[in-house]
Amino acid sequence: MQPTIEAHGLEKHYGKTKALDGLDLIAERGQVVAVLGPNGAGKTTFVRTVATLLRADAGTLRVAGHDARTEPAAVRRVIGLAGQFAAVEPAMTGHENLEMVARLFGQTRREAKANAAAVLEQLGLTDAAGRLARTYSGGMRRRLDLGASLVGAPLLLLLDEPTTGLDPRSRIELWSAIRGLVDAGTDVLLTTQYLDEADHLASHIVIVDHGRAVAAGTPAELKRRIGGDVVEVHVRHGADLADVAQLLGRLDHGAAEVDEPTRRVSVRVASGSSGLMAAVQSVKEAGVEVEDIAMRQPNLDEVFLALT
Amino acid sequence: MTTTAVSREAGLVRSTATVTRRALLRYVRTPQLIVLATLQMALFFLIYRYMFGGAIHVAGMSYVDYLVPGFVATGVLFIGIGTATAMADDVGDGFVDRLRSLPIPRSSVLAARVTADTAILAFSTAVTVAIAYAVGFRLHGSALDGLAAFGLVVLFGFAFEWAFITMGLFAGNAQAAQGMGMIVFPFALISSAYVPVSSMPDWLQVFAEQQPLTYMVDAVRSLTLGPDAQALLGHPASYFVTRALLWTLAIVALFLPVAVAKYRRG
Repeated sequence: MQPTIEAHGLEKHYGKTKALDGLDLIAERGQVVAVLGPNGAGKTTFVRTVATLLRADAGTLRVAGHDARTEPAAVRRVIGLAGQFAAVEPAMTGHENLEMVARLFGQTRREAKANAAAVLEQLGLTDAAGRLARTYSGGMRRRLDLGASLVGAPLLLLLDEPTTGLDPRSRIELWSAIRGLVDAGTDVLLTTQYLDEADHLASHIVIVDHGRAVAAGTPAELKRRIGGDVVEVHVRHGADLADVAQLLGRLDHGAAEVDEPTRRVSVRVASGSSGLMAAVQSVKEAGVEVEDIAMRQPNLDEVFLALT
Repeated sequence: MTTTAVSREAGLVRSTATVTRRALLRYVRTPQLIVLATLQMALFFLIYRYMFGGAIHVAGMSYVDYLVPGFVATGVLFIGIGTATAMADDVGDGFVDRLRSLPIPRSSVLAARVTADTAILAFSTAVTVAIAYAVGFRLHGSALDGLAAFGLVVLFGFAFEWAFITMGLFAGNAQAAQGMGMIVFPFALISSAYVPVSSMPDWLQVFAEQQPLTYMVDAVRSLTLGPDAQALLGHPASYFVTRALLWTLAIVALFLPVAVAKYRRG
């Protein structure tokens, strides 16, 4: 089966800046692919190119078998786009918003109504369907925007930083909505700056930086390469930082990182739980006063440090 | 998924109608837009009519009859700023991106903007005319002349919409678009709209006499003032109407391709 997205050597220049600098990416059918990278890595440029809003300067891009350069209309028929902003009409109800997009997809009035209602149901917005979107919370607007990208029953859903700017609860609600879609069989390409988001949603992660893919794999593969989890100790007295760094450095591979202003020491460990227990043990034995000890996923900086 | 979309295209007419409906709903459902705009228009009008009107004398007629055609014709510029900000908003908040990612003719987005805003403009113009009647304006030409004058104003507005759409596309956000919209003030004020051009200093007269708004204002004026018009304006209605229509055509010919090109490039 042909891949949903097949990008080879994509380039996009803005003056001297290379937003895309030879990006390669394959998204197989049935996959949820997360494009992970910092601000300015080229994530949004890539999504906009897949959505036919931009034309690449060089390279090839096929979406569901259609060449994005020569058959953009065919690409538009199979994609749904939810950009960084909730592009819904505030002066229309949730239902009207979706019905409008469905009509633009060529559906009859009756189909459009039925599909709008089905998508609202799917996203848990049925109760708010008759309210103007300007009365919605930020999270509800994002869900409605997601609905607008769905109502045309796309093969491929493009989500550009879907949870940026949302509070934690709305973020989790949106994640569960996206997971619901994935379960229902929609292929998804999403961009994110957060490893945990990619981890939650994606079956395949592509890490991009400076317009090119620097690593790709399943979340588990990438985490193995990055080196598992991070144990972080927040000490009470700055004077203990050096000692704790030495203690943690012995725990596992890699030296401990010290962040003096926040009085934190962090170290990457292969297994988070046993690493955490070992850290608790050694800090306790040394008699160091701590504010907090925690285990967490590596953040994007640490991922880059490990991969590049 | 329960959606059962069949891949048929929404043609130009349907997609334009669908997107137009959205712009009109936004207008109708944002009462502050209508109420504020109308109040603002009425306020300006009353200030000209009653405050400046006492100081401005136009030979052979009441100032209100002189003012209204000018006020209404230049009003399309002030209403047009709304088009620039709406267009910029649609670009800035991703709405245009959504539409451009849909399988619809790309021209339908701008076509919808101009259709909706021309309808809004016709409505606002009708409201202004109603207020004008309430404070003493009277049509001296035939009813047909009056209708023609109204039609001309809407047509001028339609032409200027393309300039404002262009502004909105380049501005990218509503504040910038609003700022660019300020360009309308010199055009509106340095014309025959509010005071006779002959009362201006010579160097201003050069601009005021030649610029499109003066022809447009005088075209409307020559139709609404009826038989008195020629004595005041020095030419028959056809003289102004032809020139105003040529300007209208020129404005569309200049801005429509720029707007379309900018929109296509994204």
